[in-house]
Amino acid sequence: MNNLNPSVLARRDTGPSPEAKITRDIVKRGIIAAPALIVLSSLIWGAAGAWSSAYGLGLVLCNFIIAAGLVATTARVSYALMMAATLFGYILRLGLIALAVMLVRNEPWVDLLALGLTLIITHLGLLFWEMRYVSATLAFPGLKPVMENK
Amino acid sequence: MEALATIVRIAAEAGDAVVDPAAAKNISAAASAGHAYGLAAIGPGIGIGIIFGKAIESMARQPEAAGMVRTTMFIGVAFTEALALIGFVAFILLKFA
Repeated sequence: MNNLNPSVLARRDTGPSPEAKITRDIVKRGIIAAPALIVLSSLIWGAAGAWSSAYGLGLVLCNFIIAAGLVATTARVSYALMMAATLFGYILRLGLIALAVMLVRNEPWVDLLALGLTLIITHLGLLFWEMRYVSATLAFPGLKPVMENK
Repeated sequence: MEALATIVRIAAEAGDAVVDPAAAKNISAAASAGHAYGLAAIGPGIGIGIIFGKAIESMARQPEAAGMVRTTMFIGVAFTEALALIGFVAFILLKFA
């Protein structure tokens, strides 16, 4: 970082926000995958599993939306603020997820195993699903998946 | 030497005090859960810092590629966060399930 212009952190990005687009895609795919996930959870863990999976999926999608919102908003102010929002936003969002789980952990409709597995599987699954489109678009724009052009 | 003997005696008494295996298991599970959550949050914190530092560096060198860099950065940060989520899930399962 030593050879960079010291004012780089004061720059800002007024162009379109790629994070917002990525998150919109992720939320769309999350909503598409939700019924299958909830049905699968209800088959394994019953009604508590279905509610827990729905709650976990909601948490994951909210996490993505807050992350994208923070980055997109602060990038319009300065890169320094974007850095702060990314780093402190990580702690903030982790704390919010912990709080959201702690608040409901004793509720009768919560199955912690289903909730935990949903958090991990949907977070990673949605990212890998999105990654398929993003990587193809970045490396070879001509190979952009057809669904993305619609 | 006398102080050492006292410490050893206190430790032995403390060891004898924990006689209930269920309580000992609960204590060790709670401690492990705390360690899992804490340690799992350190790695992603460092990773996100590195990702963001490199992204800023790239955007400074090539401002025209900022959109592509931010796309990659956002995905990278989200993947790194998954590690923290796994640690958190390990925590809630060890502590409460």
